[in-house]
Amino acid sequence: MLKTFAKGGIHPPENKLSAEKAIEILPVCEMVTIPISQHIGAPAKVIVKKNDTVKVGQIIAESGGFVSANIHSSVSGTVQKIEETFDASGYKRMSVTIKVEGDEWLETIDRSPEVVRQCTLSSEEIVKKITAAGIVGLGGATFPTQIKLMIPKGMTADTLIINGVECEPYLTADDRLMLEKGEEILVGVSILMKALNVSKAIIGIENNKTKAIAHIDNLAKSFQGISVQALKVQYPQGGEKQLIKACIGREVPSGGLPIAVGAVVQNVGTAFAVYEAVQKNKPLFERVVTVTGKSLKKPSNFLARVGTPLTALIEAAGGLPDDTGKIISGGPMMGKALRSAEVPMTKGTSGVLILPNPEAKRKIIQECIRCAKCVSACPMGLEPYLMMPLSERRIFDRLEKEKVMDCIECGSCSYTCPSNRPLLDYIRLGKASVGAIMRSRKK
Amino acid sequence: MNNLLNVSLSPHAKSSDSVNKLMRNVIIAMLPIMLFSFYYFGIGAIIVTLVSITSALMFEWIISKFILKREPNLSDGSALITGMLLAFNVPSNLPFWIVMIGALVAIGVGKMSFGGLGTNIFNPALVGRVFLLISFPVQTTSWPKPLDSFTSYTDAVTGATPLAILKEELKKGEKVSDILEKLPSFMDLFIGKIGGSLGEVAALAILIGMIYMLATKTITWHIPVSVLGSIFVVAGTLWLINDEKFINPFFHLLTGGILLGAVFMATDYVTSPMTGKGQIIYGIGIGVITIIIRIAGAYPEGISFAILIMNGLTPLINMYIKPKRFGEVVKNGK
Ligand code: SF4
Ligand code: SF4
Repeated sequence: MLKTFAKGGIHPPENKLSAEKAIEILPVCEMVTIPISQHIGAPAKVIVKKNDTVKVGQIIAESGGFVSANIHSSVSGTVQKIEETFDASGYKRMSVTIKVEGDEWLETIDRSPEVVRQCTLSSEEIVKKITAAGIVGLGGATFPTQIKLMIPKGMTADTLIINGVECEPYLTADDRLMLEKGEEILVGVSILMKALNVSKAIIGIENNKTKAIAHIDNLAKSFQGISVQALKVQYPQGGEKQLIKACIGREVPSGGLPIAVGAVVQNVGTAFAVYEAVQKNKPLFERVVTVTGKSLKKPSNFLARVGTPLTALIEAAGGLPDDTGKIISGGPMMGKALRSAEVPMTKGTSGVLILPNPEAKRKIIQECIRCAKCVSACPMGLEPYLMMPLSERRIFDRLEKEKVMDCIECGSCSYTCPSNRPLLDYIRLGKASVGAIMRSRKK
Repeated sequence: MNNLLNVSLSPHAKSSDSVNKLMRNVIIAMLPIMLFSFYYFGIGAIIVTLVSITSALMFEWIISKFILKREPNLSDGSALITGMLLAFNVPSNLPFWIVMIGALVAIGVGKMSFGGLGTNIFNPALVGRVFLLISFPVQTTSWPKPLDSFTSYTDAVTGATPLAILKEELKKGEKVSDILEKLPSFMDLFIGKIGGSLGEVAALAILIGMIYMLATKTITWHIPVSVLGSIFVVAGTLWLINDEKFINPFFHLLTGGILLGAVFMATDYVTSPMTGKGQIIYGIGIGVITIIIRIAGAYPEGISFAILIMNGLTPLINMYIKPKRFGEVVKNGK
C-alpha cells in the first residue's frame, strides 16, 4: 500500500527527463576548485600548501570543529592556489585550486568493482571511518553524517529511515544510484544500522520510481531488517518530518529532531558513500549529479568529482542553451539560483537545472484573494498568507506564535499561490529575525 | 557567459493557477444558470443580466480610476462575477435603474470602500442585493412566472415564490399538508419551473456548476456541504418533531436561493474562512441562521442575511480556528 504524510503537499510536474539515462563517469577536467566549506557547520582547516602535490582521496582540509567535515582532494596534481573564490552560495569562500596531473589514487582505496558485504567493525569504528571520510548528508542538507549517528544521552533510536524519495522534480541522481548501485546501498544501510544499533530500516521511495522500488525490494530480501516502503508521489514527501510521518506514522514534535521519535533519517546517496568509506576506504570526493532542463540537449546523470566547475557539467550535457534564464544548483523547489555557472560542484550538489526564459522569471504579484490554497498546501499546517504580511510589517512576536520557525522552506505555498505572492521569501526573512530573537532570549 | 541570469529565491516553479484562471472557472460554472434564466424569464432576464454586468464593470473602473486612483484591473473577472451574482439575485422584471443602483452599492460599498478585491469583509453582490431588498421591497419581491413572460420585461405576469406562499399560509394557521398542495412539485423545483430570482430557480443548473467547481478544485467541499448539510439536519429535525407546522427539509433545500447561496455566494474566497475547520463552522452558522430567519423572521428568505452575518464573523473565525500544526498535539509522537 502507498503511504504518505498527513497534510498539505502539492504535485508539481515531475519532469524526470534523465530517469532513463545511466550514470556516466565525467572525465576529470584540468583544474578543480574545492571549497573547504561544503557542509553545515564550521569550515574545515586547510592542511596543504601551495605547490604541494596531492593524490586522489588525500585529505586537504581537516574538520574545523564538532559540526564540520574533512575535505579530500578529488584529483591528483599540484595545489595552485589557496584563496577565496565564489562558490554556489554566491559568497566568497576559501577554496583549494588544484591543477590536475594524471589520476593517481591513494593506495589505500580499494578500486575493485566487487561488492564487499561483510563488515566486522564495531559501531565506534564505523563512526570513526565515516568521520574520516568526510561524509555529509547528500540529499542537499549536507549535515555531517557522524553527528546524526551519535544519539544524544537519554534518547534511543529504533528505526533508520533511508530517503530514496527524490521528490524534487527533474532530479534523478538517487533513482539511478538505486538502480545501478542497489546492493552497495543496502550494505551501506546495514552498516548504518550497526552504527546506530537499530534492527529496523525502511527505505522510502516515491511511487514514480517503480523500477527502483522493485529492484531494491528484491535485493533487500537478503538483508536482515531492511524493507522498502512505496510512497505516494506528493511533494515534499522527502522532507525529513514528512518522511518519518509517512513511513512510521510518528510526528516529530514542533522544534524537535527526528531522534525525539526514535528515528534517524539518511539519504540513499549517503548510504552509498558510507558503503564506499567503510568497505572500500574511499573518502567522499565524487558523487552523482543530475544535469537537466527542458531546453538542454542531453539531460544526464554524471558521476563527477567534487570541485568540477558546473560549466564542465553543463558542457557535457550538451552546452548551455541560448534561451537560458536561470541556472539552479539543486531542484526547482528548493534549489539555489546561481549568478554564474563558473562555480565548483560540491558534496551537496544533487543537480544542475537549466530553466529557459520565460519560465525562469517570476510572475507579477497580485493582491491576496484569500483563496486558502497556501494554507491547504502547507505540509506543516502553517498559514503562509498570514505570515507574509506579519513578516513584512515586522510583527515578530505574533510571527513566533504562528510557528514560523516550523516552516521547512519547502516552497509549496509560493508554488501554489494563484496571486503569485512571494510567500516564502517573506517567511524566510521572518524566520531569520524570529530565530535571532529566540537565540538572544536564551542567552 | 550570459550575465542576464535570473537570480531569485526558491521555489523556482509555479503552478499554473492564477487569479484569472480561478475566476474564469467560477464564470464558466455560472453559465448554465444564466442560460436557464434566459430560457425561463426571456427578455427580462437578458436585460437585467446585461445591465448588472456592465454597471458592475463600469463602477469598478470609475472607482478604481478616479477615487482610488489606481490602474483599474477588470481582467481578473471579479467585477464580472459580482455583476452576474447580483443579477442572479433579483427578479427579471426589476427596472434597469434599480439594477444599476444595486451594482453601484455592491461594487462601491461592498468592495471598493474596503480597498478592493481581497480586502472586503462582505460578499459584494449580497451587499447590493440586501440593499435593494430593503430600499425597494416591492420591486424586488414581485416575481415573474417562468416561461409565461418570454417577451415582456417590466410588465411580466408575476406570482409569489413558494417560500412566500408557505410563510403566508402558515401565518393564516394552515397546516403544512394542506399548503403543500398549493406549492409546486419537487420536480418543478428541481428544474426551476417556479417563481423566483434569476439564478435561484434552477437547482439542476446550480448543481452542475458546483460539480464543475469541485472538479477543477476551484472550491473545496467544506462550505457547500456544511451549509446544505446543516440546513437539512435542522429543518429535518423540526419536521420530524412536527410535520404539520414545519415543512420537509427537501423543500427548504430547493427553494429561495439556498443552493445558489451555498455554492456561489458563501464560497467567495475573500469573505469565507481560511481553514477547512473554519469553513465548516462558517457553513453550519449559515445553515442554522438561514432556518431561524425562515421560520421565525419577517422575511420568507434567509440565506442572504445568514451569509452576510457569517461574513462578518469570518475574521474572528480566522483568528481562533487555526490549522492543526504539524507536531503540535502529539507530544511524544507515538
Ligand atoms: S494562496 Fe495566495 S492568494 Fe491564496 S490565500 Fe494564500 S497568499 Fe492569498
Ligand atoms: S515553505 Fe513553509 S510555510 Fe510555505 S508551505 Fe512550506 S512549510 Fe509551509
